Amino acid sequence: MSHASKPPSQPVEPAIVTPAEARRRTRRAFIGFGLAGAFGGGAWAWLATRSDLDNIPWPLRRAHEANEALSRTVFDPGKLGPEFPRSRAAEPRPNGSHGMPDRFANDWSVAVSWAGGAEQRLDRKELFDGVERVESTIEFKCIEGWSQIVTWGGYRFVDVAAKRGWPVEKFANASMTTVDGSYYVGLDMPSLLHPQSLLCDAMNGEPLPFNHGGPVRLTMPVKYGIKSIKWLGRIELRNDRPADYWAKRGYDWFSGH
Amino acid sequence: MESKRLVAKHPLFVRITHWINGPVLLIMLYSGLLIYWANDVYEISIGGFVLVKFFPAWFYKLLDLEGGLARGMSLHFAFAWFFTINGVIYVALTFLTGYWRHLCPNRRTPIEAFHVLLHDLKLRKEKPPQGIFNAAQKMAYCGVIAMGAGSLLTGLAILKPVQLSWLLWCFGGYEFARLIHFALTIGYVLFFCIHIAQVIRAGWNNFRAMVAGYEVATVPPEPPHEPRIEAAVPAG
Repeated sequence: MSHASKPPSQPVEPAIVTPAEARRRTRRAFIGFGLAGAFGGGAWAWLATRSDLDNIPWPLRRAHEANEALSRTVFDPGKLGPEFPRSRAAEPRPNGSHGMPDRFANDWSVAVSWAGGAEQRLDRKELFDGVERVESTIEFKCIEGWSQIVTWGGYRFVDVAAKRGWPVEKFANASMTTVDGSYYVGLDMPSLLHPQSLLCDAMNGEPLPFNHGGPVRLTMPVKYGIKSIKWLGRIELRNDRPADYWAKRGYDWFSGH
Repeated sequence: MESKRLVAKHPLFVRITHWINGPVLLIMLYSGLLIYWANDVYEISIGGFVLVKFFPAWFYKLLDLEGGLARGMSLHFAFAWFFTINGVIYVALTFLTGYWRHLCPNRRTPIEAFHVLLHDLKLRKEKPPQGIFNAAQKMAYCGVIAMGAGSLLTGLAILKPVQLSWLLWCFGGYEFARLIHFALTIGYVLFFCIHIAQVIRAGWNNFRAMVAGYEVATVPPEPPHEPRIEAAVPAG
Protein backbone atom coordinates (compact mmCIF):
# COMPACT_ATOMS: atom_id res chain seq x y z
CA MET A 1 0.00 0.00 0.00
CA SER A 2 2.91 2.32 0.64
CA HIS A 3 4.18 2.30 -2.93
CA ALA A 4 3.72 5.46 -4.94
CA SER A 5 3.10 3.19 -7.94
CA LYS A 6 -0.39 2.51 -6.63
CA PRO A 7 -2.60 5.26 -7.99
CA PRO A 8 -5.57 6.43 -5.93
CA SER A 9 -8.96 5.27 -7.17
CA GLN A 10 -11.28 8.10 -8.07
CA PRO A 11 -14.74 7.57 -6.56
CA VAL A 12 -17.76 8.08 -8.81
CA GLU A 13 -20.36 10.64 -7.78
CA PRO A 14 -22.22 9.76 -5.67
CA ALA A 15 -19.79 7.23 -4.28
CA ILE A 16 -22.12 5.84 -1.62
CA VAL A 17 -25.36 4.30 -2.87
CA THR A 18 -28.01 1.91 -1.63
CA PRO A 19 -27.70 -1.75 -2.70
CA ALA A 20 -30.79 -1.29 -4.90
CA GLU A 21 -29.18 1.68 -6.62
CA ALA A 22 -25.97 -0.31 -7.19
CA ARG A 23 -28.01 -3.13 -8.75
CA ARG A 24 -29.94 -0.67 -10.92
CA ARG A 25 -26.74 0.89 -12.25
CA THR A 26 -25.19 -2.49 -12.95
CA ARG A 27 -28.32 -3.58 -14.80
CA ARG A 28 -28.30 -0.39 -16.85
CA ALA A 29 -24.63 -0.87 -17.78
CA PHE A 30 -25.22 -4.46 -18.88
CA ILE A 31 -28.26 -3.53 -20.95
CA GLY A 32 -26.09 -0.99 -22.77
CA PHE A 33 -23.39 -3.64 -23.15
CA GLY A 34 -25.90 -6.10 -24.59
CA LEU A 35 -27.26 -3.53 -27.04
CA ALA A 36 -23.75 -2.69 -28.21
CA GLY A 37 -23.04 -6.42 -28.65
CA ALA A 38 -26.27 -6.87 -30.62
CA PHE A 39 -25.30 -3.92 -32.82
CA GLY A 40 -21.90 -5.51 -33.51
CA GLY A 41 -23.46 -8.88 -34.28
CA GLY A 42 -26.00 -7.18 -36.52
CA ALA A 43 -23.25 -5.36 -38.42
CA TRP A 44 -21.42 -8.66 -38.99
CA ALA A 45 -24.63 -10.35 -40.20
CA TRP A 46 -25.29 -7.38 -42.49
CA LEU A 47 -21.81 -7.66 -44.02
CA ALA A 48 -22.15 -11.42 -44.52
CA THR A 49 -25.45 -11.05 -46.38
CA ARG A 50 -24.47 -8.27 -48.83
CA SER A 51 -24.53 -9.17 -52.51
CA ASP A 52 -21.21 -10.11 -54.08
CA LEU A 53 -19.15 -7.83 -56.26
CA ASP A 54 -16.66 -10.08 -58.07
CA ASN A 55 -17.03 -12.88 -55.56
CA ILE A 56 -16.78 -10.96 -52.25
CA PRO A 57 -19.48 -8.94 -50.43
CA TRP A 58 -19.59 -5.49 -51.99
CA PRO A 59 -18.51 -3.58 -48.84
CA LEU A 60 -15.29 -5.62 -48.81
CA ARG A 61 -14.78 -4.92 -52.53
CA ARG A 62 -15.21 -1.21 -51.76
CA ALA A 63 -12.66 -1.56 -48.96
CA HIS A 64 -10.17 -3.06 -51.45
CA GLU A 65 -10.82 -0.11 -53.74
CA ALA A 66 -10.36 2.42 -50.93
CA ASN A 67 -7.07 0.74 -49.98
CA GLU A 68 -6.10 0.86 -53.66
CA ALA A 69 -6.84 4.59 -53.88
CA LEU A 70 -4.57 5.18 -50.89
CA SER A 71 -1.88 2.88 -52.30
CA ARG A 72 -1.92 4.73 -55.64
CA THR A 73 -1.63 8.07 -53.85
CA VAL A 74 1.47 7.07 -51.92
CA PHE A 75 2.99 4.91 -54.70
CA ASP A 76 6.53 6.11 -55.33
CA PRO A 77 7.87 4.73 -58.64
CA GLY A 78 11.39 5.55 -57.43
CA LYS A 79 11.18 2.95 -54.64
CA LEU A 80 12.75 -0.30 -55.79
CA GLY A 81 12.21 -3.80 -54.52
CA PRO A 82 15.34 -5.05 -52.72
CA GLU A 83 17.90 -6.70 -55.01
CA PHE A 84 19.69 -9.87 -53.86
CA PRO A 85 22.93 -11.60 -54.85
CA ARG A 86 22.41 -13.87 -57.84
CA SER A 87 23.70 -16.84 -55.86
CA ARG A 88 20.52 -16.80 -53.76
CA ALA A 89 18.23 -17.20 -56.76
CA ALA A 90 16.40 -20.47 -57.36
CA GLU A 91 13.47 -21.77 -59.37
CA PRO A 92 10.10 -20.56 -58.07
CA ARG A 93 7.14 -22.89 -57.81
CA PRO A 94 5.53 -22.91 -61.29
CA ASN A 95 2.16 -22.09 -59.77
CA GLY A 96 -0.77 -21.87 -62.12
CA SER A 97 -1.15 -23.11 -65.67
CA HIS A 98 -4.10 -20.90 -66.65
CA GLY A 99 -3.63 -19.88 -70.25
CA MET A 100 -0.83 -22.37 -70.89
CA PRO A 101 -0.60 -23.14 -74.63
CA ASP A 102 -0.21 -26.68 -76.02
CA ARG A 103 3.42 -26.19 -76.91
CA PHE A 104 6.32 -23.73 -76.70
CA ALA A 105 5.78 -21.01 -79.33
CA ASN A 106 8.92 -20.86 -81.48
CA ASP A 107 7.09 -18.46 -83.78
CA TRP A 108 6.01 -16.25 -80.84
CA SER A 109 4.70 -12.73 -81.35
CA VAL A 110 2.75 -10.22 -79.31
CA ALA A 111 -0.13 -7.98 -80.40
CA VAL A 112 -0.01 -4.43 -79.04
CA SER A 113 -2.94 -2.07 -79.42
CA TRP A 114 -4.54 1.11 -78.07
CA ALA A 115 -7.54 3.23 -78.93
CA GLY A 116 -6.79 5.44 -81.92
CA GLY A 117 -3.75 3.51 -83.14
CA ALA A 118 -3.04 0.66 -85.53
CA GLU A 119 -2.34 -2.70 -83.89
CA GLN A 120 1.31 -3.70 -83.80
CA ARG A 121 2.22 -7.36 -84.25
CA LEU A 122 5.81 -7.87 -83.10
CA ASP A 123 8.01 -10.93 -82.87
CA ARG A 124 10.78 -11.08 -80.29
CA LYS A 125 13.36 -9.35 -82.45
CA GLU A 126 10.96 -6.60 -83.44
CA LEU A 127 9.83 -6.14 -79.85
CA PHE A 128 13.21 -5.99 -78.15
CA ASP A 129 15.55 -4.73 -80.90
CA GLY A 130 17.69 -1.84 -79.65
CA VAL A 131 16.35 -2.01 -76.08
CA GLU A 132 18.85 -2.31 -73.21
CA ARG A 133 18.90 -5.82 -71.76
CA VAL A 134 18.70 -5.98 -67.94
CA GLU A 135 18.84 -8.57 -65.20
CA SER A 136 17.16 -8.23 -61.83
CA THR A 137 17.39 -10.54 -58.81
CA ILE A 138 14.33 -9.83 -56.73
CA GLU A 139 11.92 -11.53 -54.39
CA PHE A 140 9.03 -13.04 -56.30
CA LYS A 141 6.01 -12.98 -53.96
CA CYS A 142 3.01 -15.24 -54.43
CA ILE A 143 -0.36 -14.07 -53.13
CA GLU A 144 -0.54 -17.43 -51.32
CA GLY A 145 2.19 -16.23 -48.98
CA TRP A 146 5.38 -17.87 -50.22
CA SER A 147 8.24 -16.06 -51.85
CA GLN A 148 11.32 -16.97 -53.86
CA ILE A 149 14.38 -15.01 -54.92
CA VAL A 150 14.63 -15.24 -58.71
CA THR A 151 16.93 -13.66 -61.29
CA TRP A 152 14.78 -12.39 -64.14
CA GLY A 153 16.37 -11.39 -67.44
CA GLY A 154 14.73 -9.26 -70.10
CA TYR A 155 13.80 -5.69 -70.90
CA ARG A 156 12.18 -2.92 -68.88
CA PHE A 157 8.60 -2.45 -70.05
CA VAL A 158 9.14 1.32 -69.90
CA ASP A 159 12.16 1.06 -72.24
CA VAL A 160 10.34 -1.21 -74.71
CA ALA A 161 7.35 1.13 -74.73
CA ALA A 162 9.59 4.14 -75.45
CA LYS A 163 11.52 2.34 -78.22
CA ARG A 164 8.38 1.00 -79.92
CA GLY A 165 6.49 4.28 -79.63
CA TRP A 166 3.64 3.07 -77.43
CA PRO A 167 1.76 6.13 -76.07
CA VAL A 168 1.78 4.88 -72.47
CA GLU A 169 1.53 8.41 -71.05
CA LYS A 170 -1.98 8.74 -72.54
CA PHE A 171 -3.37 5.69 -70.77
CA ALA A 172 -4.07 4.95 -67.11
CA ASN A 173 -4.05 1.16 -67.36
CA ALA A 174 -3.11 -1.79 -69.49
CA SER A 175 -4.60 -5.18 -70.13
CA MET A 176 -2.37 -8.17 -70.80
CA THR A 177 -3.63 -11.58 -71.89
CA THR A 178 -2.13 -14.95 -72.66
CA VAL A 179 -1.88 -16.11 -76.27
CA ASP A 180 -5.19 -17.98 -75.99
CA GLY A 181 -6.86 -15.14 -74.02
CA SER A 182 -7.98 -17.41 -71.17
CA TYR A 183 -5.78 -15.69 -68.54
CA TYR A 184 -5.73 -11.93 -68.32
CA VAL A 185 -4.49 -9.25 -65.94
CA GLY A 186 -5.36 -5.61 -65.44
CA LEU A 187 -2.45 -3.36 -64.51
CA ASP A 188 -2.18 0.29 -63.51
CA MET A 189 0.27 2.16 -65.72
CA PRO A 190 2.52 3.56 -62.94
CA SER A 191 3.23 0.00 -61.72
CA LEU A 192 3.88 -1.20 -65.26
CA LEU A 193 6.31 1.68 -65.89
CA HIS A 194 8.21 0.87 -62.67
CA PRO A 195 11.91 0.27 -63.53
CA GLN A 196 11.77 -3.33 -62.22
CA SER A 197 8.75 -4.30 -64.35
CA LEU A 198 10.23 -6.47 -67.08
CA LEU A 199 9.14 -8.18 -70.26
CA CYS A 200 11.10 -11.24 -69.35
CA ASP A 201 12.60 -14.02 -71.48
CA ALA A 202 15.19 -15.48 -69.09
CA MET A 203 15.11 -16.97 -65.61
CA ASN A 204 18.18 -17.61 -63.46
CA GLY A 205 20.49 -17.23 -66.44
CA GLU A 206 18.60 -19.67 -68.70
CA PRO A 207 16.02 -19.02 -71.42
CA LEU A 208 12.60 -18.69 -69.73
CA PRO A 209 11.25 -22.27 -69.37
CA PHE A 210 7.90 -23.10 -70.94
CA ASN A 211 6.19 -23.87 -67.60
CA HIS A 212 7.30 -20.45 -66.30
CA GLY A 213 5.69 -18.63 -69.21
CA GLY A 214 8.28 -18.97 -71.99
CA PRO A 215 9.06 -17.55 -74.40
CA VAL A 216 7.97 -14.17 -72.92
CA ARG A 217 6.23 -13.20 -69.71
CA LEU A 218 5.85 -10.18 -67.46
CA THR A 219 7.56 -9.94 -64.05
CA MET A 220 7.20 -7.13 -61.53
CA PRO A 221 8.18 -6.95 -57.84
CA VAL A 222 5.56 -4.23 -57.22
CA LYS A 223 2.73 -6.78 -57.58
CA TYR A 224 1.92 -10.28 -56.37
CA GLY A 225 2.87 -13.06 -58.78
CA ILE A 226 -0.70 -13.36 -60.10
CA LYS A 227 -0.03 -10.18 -62.10
CA SER A 228 3.21 -11.50 -63.66
CA ILE A 229 1.38 -12.99 -66.62
CA LYS A 230 2.99 -15.94 -68.41
CA TRP A 231 2.80 -16.82 -72.16
CA LEU A 232 2.14 -13.18 -73.00
CA GLY A 233 0.08 -12.78 -76.18
CA ARG A 234 -1.55 -9.36 -76.15
CA ILE A 235 -0.95 -5.94 -74.61
CA GLU A 236 -3.69 -3.32 -74.76
CA LEU A 237 -3.30 0.22 -73.43
CA ARG A 238 -6.59 1.36 -71.92
CA ASN A 239 -8.16 4.05 -69.81
CA ASP A 240 -10.95 1.94 -68.31
CA ARG A 241 -10.23 -0.69 -65.70
CA PRO A 242 -9.31 -3.90 -67.54
CA ALA A 243 -10.76 -7.20 -66.38
CA ASP A 244 -8.51 -9.34 -64.22
CA TYR A 245 -8.72 -13.11 -63.89
CA TRP A 246 -8.14 -13.31 -60.13
CA ALA A 247 -9.89 -10.04 -59.24
CA LYS A 248 -13.05 -11.59 -60.72
CA ARG A 249 -12.54 -14.49 -58.32
CA GLY A 250 -12.51 -12.33 -55.21
CA TYR A 251 -8.97 -10.94 -55.09
CA ASP A 252 -7.84 -7.33 -54.94
CA TRP A 253 -7.57 -5.86 -58.45
CA PHE A 254 -4.57 -3.71 -57.49
CA SER A 255 -2.57 -6.31 -55.49
CA GLY A 256 0.30 -3.84 -55.37
CA HIS A 257 3.41 -3.65 -53.23
CA MET B 1 -28.49 0.23 6.78
CA GLU B 2 -25.72 -1.28 4.72
CA SER B 3 -24.52 0.89 1.81
CA LYS B 4 -22.58 0.19 -1.37
CA ARG B 5 -19.61 2.19 -2.49
CA LEU B 6 -18.93 2.49 -6.23
CA VAL B 7 -15.21 2.60 -6.89
CA ALA B 8 -14.30 3.85 -10.36
CA LYS B 9 -11.92 1.51 -12.14
CA HIS B 10 -11.99 1.63 -15.94
CA PRO B 11 -12.81 4.88 -17.74
CA LEU B 12 -15.32 4.80 -20.60
CA PHE B 13 -12.70 5.02 -23.37
CA VAL B 14 -10.92 1.93 -22.01
CA ARG B 15 -14.14 -0.08 -21.89
CA ILE B 16 -15.25 0.97 -25.38
CA THR B 17 -11.88 0.32 -27.06
CA HIS B 18 -11.50 -2.95 -25.13
CA TRP B 19 -14.86 -4.32 -26.26
CA ILE B 20 -14.34 -3.17 -29.85
CA ASN B 21 -10.88 -4.70 -29.91
CA GLY B 22 -12.10 -8.13 -28.79
CA PRO B 23 -14.36 -8.97 -31.75
CA VAL B 24 -12.17 -7.07 -34.24
CA LEU B 25 -9.11 -9.06 -33.16
CA LEU B 26 -11.16 -12.25 -33.45
CA ILE B 27 -12.04 -11.33 -37.06
CA MET B 28 -8.36 -10.52 -37.75
CA LEU B 29 -7.42 -13.94 -36.34
CA TYR B 30 -10.07 -15.73 -38.40
CA SER B 31 -9.25 -13.93 -41.65
CA GLY B 32 -5.53 -14.34 -40.93
CA LEU B 33 -6.04 -18.10 -40.68
CA LEU B 34 -7.92 -18.06 -44.01
CA ILE B 35 -4.84 -16.39 -45.53
CA TYR B 36 -2.31 -18.57 -43.72
CA TRP B 37 -4.01 -21.76 -44.95
CA ALA B 38 -2.81 -20.99 -48.50
CA ASN B 39 0.83 -21.40 -47.40
CA ASP B 40 0.85 -23.12 -44.00
CA VAL B 41 4.55 -23.75 -43.60
CA TYR B 42 5.22 -23.17 -39.91
CA GLU B 43 5.92 -25.89 -37.37
CA ILE B 44 7.92 -26.45 -34.22
CA SER B 45 10.28 -29.37 -34.58
CA ILE B 46 13.27 -30.79 -32.72
CA GLY B 47 15.80 -32.75 -34.76
CA GLY B 48 13.34 -33.37 -37.57
CA PHE B 49 10.60 -34.52 -35.20
CA VAL B 50 7.56 -32.28 -35.56
CA LEU B 51 6.20 -31.27 -32.15
CA VAL B 52 3.52 -28.86 -33.32
CA LYS B 53 2.32 -28.42 -36.89
CA PHE B 54 0.57 -25.12 -37.67
CA PHE B 55 -1.92 -26.50 -38.42
CA PRO B 56 -3.06 -30.11 -38.86
CA ALA B 57 -5.69 -30.80 -41.53
CA TRP B 58 -8.45 -31.46 -38.98
CA PHE B 59 -8.00 -27.94 -37.58
CA TYR B 60 -8.83 -26.27 -40.91
CA LYS B 61 -11.74 -28.65 -41.46
CA LEU B 62 -13.15 -28.05 -38.00
CA LEU B 63 -13.13 -24.25 -38.39
CA ASP B 64 -14.03 -24.30 -42.11
CA LEU B 65 -10.85 -22.46 -43.10
CA GLU B 66 -10.13 -24.17 -46.41
CA GLY B 67 -10.10 -22.35 -49.74
CA GLY B 68 -10.86 -18.90 -48.35
CA LEU B 69 -7.76 -16.92 -49.31
CA ALA B 70 -9.58 -14.23 -51.32
CA ARG B 71 -12.27 -13.81 -48.66
CA GLY B 72 -9.64 -13.81 -45.91
CA MET B 73 -7.64 -11.05 -47.58
CA SER B 74 -10.71 -8.90 -48.16
CA LEU B 75 -11.73 -9.20 -44.50
CA HIS B 76 -8.18 -8.78 -43.17
CA PHE B 77 -7.41 -5.56 -45.06
CA ALA B 78 -10.81 -4.03 -44.24
CA PHE B 79 -10.84 -4.87 -40.52
CA ALA B 80 -7.17 -3.93 -40.15
CA TRP B 81 -8.46 -0.34 -40.29
CA PHE B 82 -10.76 -0.89 -37.30
CA PHE B 83 -7.96 -2.65 -35.43
CA THR B 84 -5.55 0.21 -36.16
CA ILE B 85 -7.90 3.14 -35.51
CA ASN B 86 -9.24 1.58 -32.30
CA GLY B 87 -5.70 0.88 -31.12
CA VAL B 88 -4.47 4.38 -31.92
CA ILE B 89 -7.45 5.95 -30.10
CA TYR B 90 -6.78 3.75 -27.05
CA VAL B 91 -3.09 4.58 -26.89
CA ALA B 92 -3.67 8.30 -27.53
CA LEU B 93 -6.32 8.59 -24.81
CA THR B 94 -4.19 6.53 -22.44
CA PHE B 95 -1.54 9.22 -22.68
CA LEU B 96 -3.90 12.21 -22.81
CA THR B 97 -5.84 11.17 -19.70
CA GLY B 98 -2.81 10.11 -17.68
CA TYR B 99 -4.21 6.57 -17.55
CA TRP B 100 -0.79 5.32 -18.70
CA ARG B 101 0.42 5.77 -15.10
CA HIS B 102 -1.73 2.79 -14.07
CA LEU B 103 -0.12 0.65 -16.77
CA CYS B 104 3.48 1.77 -17.07
CA PRO B 105 5.89 -0.72 -15.49
CA ASN B 106 8.88 0.51 -13.51
CA ARG B 107 12.08 -1.10 -12.30
CA ARG B 108 10.27 -3.06 -9.56
CA THR B 109 7.47 -4.31 -11.80
CA PRO B 110 9.16 -7.45 -13.21
CA ILE B 111 10.03 -8.81 -9.75
CA GLU B 112 6.59 -7.84 -8.41
CA ALA B 113 5.02 -9.58 -11.40
CA PHE B 114 6.94 -12.69 -10.41
CA HIS B 115 5.52 -12.35 -6.87
CA VAL B 116 2.02 -12.12 -8.37
CA LEU B 117 2.70 -15.29 -10.33
CA LEU B 118 3.87 -17.09 -7.18
CA HIS B 119 0.85 -15.81 -5.27
CA ASP B 120 -1.55 -16.93 -8.02
CA LEU B 121 0.09 -20.36 -8.02
CA LYS B 122 -0.37 -20.45 -4.21
CA LEU B 123 3.39 -20.58 -3.69
CA ARG B 124 3.54 -17.22 -1.91
CA LYS B 125 1.18 -16.15 0.87
CA GLU B 126 1.68 -12.39 0.88
CA LYS B 127 -0.76 -10.64 -1.45
CA PRO B 128 1.05 -8.30 -3.85
CA PRO B 129 -0.18 -4.69 -4.20
CA GLN B 130 -3.12 -4.55 -6.60
CA GLY B 131 -3.92 -0.95 -7.64
CA ILE B 132 -6.05 -0.87 -10.80
CA PHE B 133 -3.57 -3.32 -12.27
CA ASN B 134 -1.12 -5.49 -10.39
CA ALA B 135 2.46 -5.90 -11.60
CA ALA B 136 1.71 -9.02 -13.65
CA GLN B 137 -1.20 -7.26 -15.33
CA LYS B 138 1.02 -4.26 -16.12
CA MET B 139 3.54 -6.53 -17.80
CA ALA B 140 0.88 -8.47 -19.69
CA TYR B 141 -1.14 -5.45 -20.85
CA CYS B 142 1.89 -3.37 -21.86
CA GLY B 143 3.17 -6.45 -23.64
CA VAL B 144 -0.04 -7.01 -25.56
CA ILE B 145 -0.16 -3.33 -26.60
CA ALA B 146 3.40 -3.69 -27.94
CA MET B 147 2.31 -6.88 -29.71
CA GLY B 148 -0.53 -4.95 -31.35
CA ALA B 149 1.95 -2.40 -32.66
CA GLY B 150 4.15 -5.28 -33.82
CA SER B 151 1.27 -6.90 -35.71
CA LEU B 152 0.41 -3.62 -37.40
CA LEU B 153 4.01 -2.89 -38.44
CA THR B 154 4.92 -6.42 -39.61
CA GLY B 155 1.58 -6.54 -41.43
CA LEU B 156 2.31 -3.27 -43.22
CA ALA B 157 5.80 -4.50 -44.08
CA ILE B 158 4.53 -7.65 -45.81
CA LEU B 159 1.60 -5.77 -47.38
CA LYS B 160 3.84 -3.14 -49.03
CA PRO B 161 7.29 -4.77 -49.18
CA VAL B 162 8.55 -2.41 -51.91
CA GLN B 163 7.04 0.90 -50.82
CA LEU B 164 7.95 0.15 -47.19
CA SER B 165 11.16 -1.75 -47.90
CA TRP B 166 12.91 0.07 -44.98
CA LEU B 167 10.27 -1.29 -42.61
CA LEU B 168 10.63 -4.76 -44.14
CA TRP B 169 14.39 -4.51 -43.58
CA CYS B 170 13.78 -3.66 -39.90
CA PHE B 171 11.89 -6.93 -39.50
CA GLY B 172 14.56 -9.02 -41.21
CA GLY B 173 12.99 -9.34 -44.65
CA TYR B 174 9.77 -10.64 -46.15
CA GLU B 175 9.80 -14.19 -44.81
CA PHE B 176 10.95 -13.28 -41.31
CA ALA B 177 8.39 -10.47 -41.07
CA ARG B 178 5.68 -12.98 -42.03
CA LEU B 179 6.95 -15.35 -39.34
CA ILE B 180 6.84 -12.58 -36.68
CA HIS B 181 3.34 -11.64 -37.83
CA PHE B 182 2.26 -15.25 -37.37
CA ALA B 183 4.06 -15.73 -34.03
CA LEU B 184 2.34 -12.64 -32.63
CA THR B 185 -0.98 -14.22 -33.54
CA ILE B 186 -0.10 -17.31 -31.53
CA GLY B 187 0.86 -14.90 -28.75
CA TYR B 188 -2.63 -13.36 -28.78
CA VAL B 189 -4.21 -16.77 -28.45
CA LEU B 190 -2.02 -17.57 -25.42
CA PHE B 191 -2.76 -14.12 -23.95
CA PHE B 192 -6.47 -14.68 -24.51
CA CYS B 193 -6.47 -18.06 -22.73
CA ILE B 194 -4.70 -16.68 -19.63
CA HIS B 195 -6.80 -13.51 -19.74
CA ILE B 196 -10.07 -15.44 -19.71
CA ALA B 197 -8.86 -17.77 -16.97
CA GLN B 198 -7.80 -14.82 -14.81
CA VAL B 199 -11.06 -12.96 -15.40
CA ILE B 200 -13.01 -16.03 -14.29
CA ARG B 201 -10.73 -16.41 -11.26
CA ALA B 202 -11.01 -12.72 -10.31
CA GLY B 203 -14.78 -12.95 -10.27
CA TRP B 204 -17.88 -10.92 -10.93
CA ASN B 205 -16.89 -7.57 -9.42
CA ASN B 206 -13.78 -7.40 -11.60
CA PHE B 207 -15.72 -8.34 -14.74
CA ARG B 208 -18.47 -5.84 -13.97
CA ALA B 209 -15.84 -3.09 -13.80
CA MET B 210 -14.93 -3.73 -17.44
CA VAL B 211 -18.60 -3.25 -18.37
CA ALA B 212 -19.95 -0.70 -15.85
CA GLY B 213 -16.67 1.02 -15.08
CA TYR B 214 -16.73 0.62 -11.29
CA GLU B 215 -16.32 -2.04 -8.68
CA VAL B 216 -18.85 -2.25 -5.87
CA ALA B 217 -17.61 -2.34 -2.30
CA THR B 218 -19.74 -2.90 0.79
CA VAL B 219 -19.62 -0.10 3.33
CA PRO B 220 -19.88 -1.35 6.90
CA PRO B 221 -22.97 0.18 8.56
CA GLU B 222 -21.49 1.13 12.01
CA PRO B 223 -18.93 3.88 11.43
CA PRO B 224 -20.30 7.14 10.08
CA HIS B 225 -19.27 7.50 6.48
CA GLU B 226 -18.67 11.26 6.49
CA PRO B 227 -14.89 10.83 6.00
CA ARG B 228 -15.52 8.68 2.97
CA ILE B 229 -17.98 11.17 1.51
CA GLU B 230 -15.41 13.90 2.02
CA ALA B 231 -12.94 11.73 0.18
CA ALA B 232 -15.40 11.64 -2.66
CA VAL B 233 -15.18 15.39 -3.16
CA PRO B 234 -12.42 16.13 -5.64
CA ALA B 235 -9.51 17.80 -3.96
CA GLY B 236 -8.64 21.36 -4.92
